[in-house]
Amino acid sequence: MAVGLLGRKVGMTQIFDPAGFVIPVTVIQAGPCHVLQVRTADRDGYEAVQIGFLDKPRRLASRSQRGHVARLDSKRQKQRAAAGVQPVAKPNTEPQRFVREFRTAVEGIQVGQELKVDIFANIKAVDISGVTKGRGTTGAMKRHNFAGQRATHGVKKVHRHVGSIGMNTDPHHVFKGHRMAGHYGTENVTIRNLLVARLDSENNLILVRGAIPGPIGGYVVIRQSNKVGPGTKK
Amino acid sequence: MSQELLNLVEKSSLKAEIPHFEIGDTVDVHCRILEGAKERTQIYTGVVIARASSGSRATFTVRRIVQGEGVERKFPLHSPKIGKVVVQRSGVTRRAKLYYLRDRIGKAVRLRERRTDRTAKAKK
Repeated sequence: MAVGLLGRKVGMTQIFDPAGFVIPVTVIQAGPCHVLQVRTADRDGYEAVQIGFLDKPRRLASRSQRGHVARLDSKRQKQRAAAGVQPVAKPNTEPQRFVREFRTAVEGIQVGQELKVDIFANIKAVDISGVTKGRGTTGAMKRHNFAGQRATHGVKKVHRHVGSIGMNTDPHHVFKGHRMAGHYGTENVTIRNLLVARLDSENNLILVRGAIPGPIGGYVVIRQSNKVGPGTKK
Repeated sequence: MSQELLNLVEKSSLKAEIPHFEIGDTVDVHCRILEGAKERTQIYTGVVIARASSGSRATFTVRRIVQGEGVERKFPLHSPKIGKVVVQRSGVTRRAKLYYLRDRIGKAVRLRERRTDRTAKAKK
C-alpha cells in the first residue's frame, strides 16, 4: 500500500518498549481519511490519489469544496445525468479540512473509501511532512546556526551579528543568496525514517519515535518511508 | 482533546499499582538488570530527594553516598525495569526537593526519622 495518511499532531510523551527502555514518541491522530478523487493518466495526465482529513462544516466550505464531495443524487447531478453528462465519482462525505494528493497509482482504491491507520500495519518506518512553527524575523545565529562573535575581547554590541558578508572593491557586491537574518519557520519540512512505535486503530493514533515538524494541532502528511533499511537508529 | 489523547497513550505505560513512598524516605529500589541472557535484581538503596513529572513520565531521584562520593540515580516510576520499592526508614522533611542534601556531608546528611505511618492513610 503506497498511499499515505493525513493527520494532526497531538503531542509528545514517552512509552516503554517490551525490554523496558523508554521511547520518546510523538502521538499523531491520523485518519480516518476519505479518498476524494483518483486521478488517472487518461483524464488528468498523472496518477494520484487525493484524500481528505477532518470534516469541515458546510457553511465554512466554498461552493467548489462542497461540489467536490457532493452527493450524486443531488438535484443538479440528476439534471446533468439527464442531459447525458457522464458523472464523476464523488466521495459523498462532508467537505474536508485538509486535502492532499499522493502521486501514486494504487490498485483497487475507490473514491469514498475510508483509509485508517491499519494501512501502516506492516510498515516499520514512515516519513512525516509538516509545516514548522513560525519564528518570525530571526537573527543569523538562530536561523543559520552562525557562531556569532565573542562575548569579550573588545567585541562591542555585535555579539550575535553575522559578521562579514563579503569582500572589497572586487566583487563590489554581496553575493546573492548570502545567509543573513530574516524570516524563519513556517516552511515545509519532511522528517524521514521515523520508526512506528505503535498503532492504535481504535483511537486512530499512530505513535512514531522522535519529533515531527509543526505545533500541536498542526496538520501532517504521513507516508511509508522510502529509506532503505528502516530503523538504522535504535 | 489533545491532552485526553495523550493521557490515553500514557495509560498503557502506567503501572497498575505504584509503590508508596515519600520524599525523605530511605528506600530499596529493586532494579532488574540484564546480564547477558540472565536477568537478576540489583538493589539500590538511598534517600528519595525528588519526584518529578506526571503520568508515564514520572520519575524519582534517589541519592546515596558511595565511597564518600554522592551518587544520584533517577528512576522512571513506571518503568518495567523497576520492581519493588521498599521503604526502610522515613525521614521528616519540610520541602518537596531535598537538593540541600547535596551540600552536606557526614552526619549532617541524616534526616530525623518520622514515626507516623502515612501509608495506610494514602491507601484510603
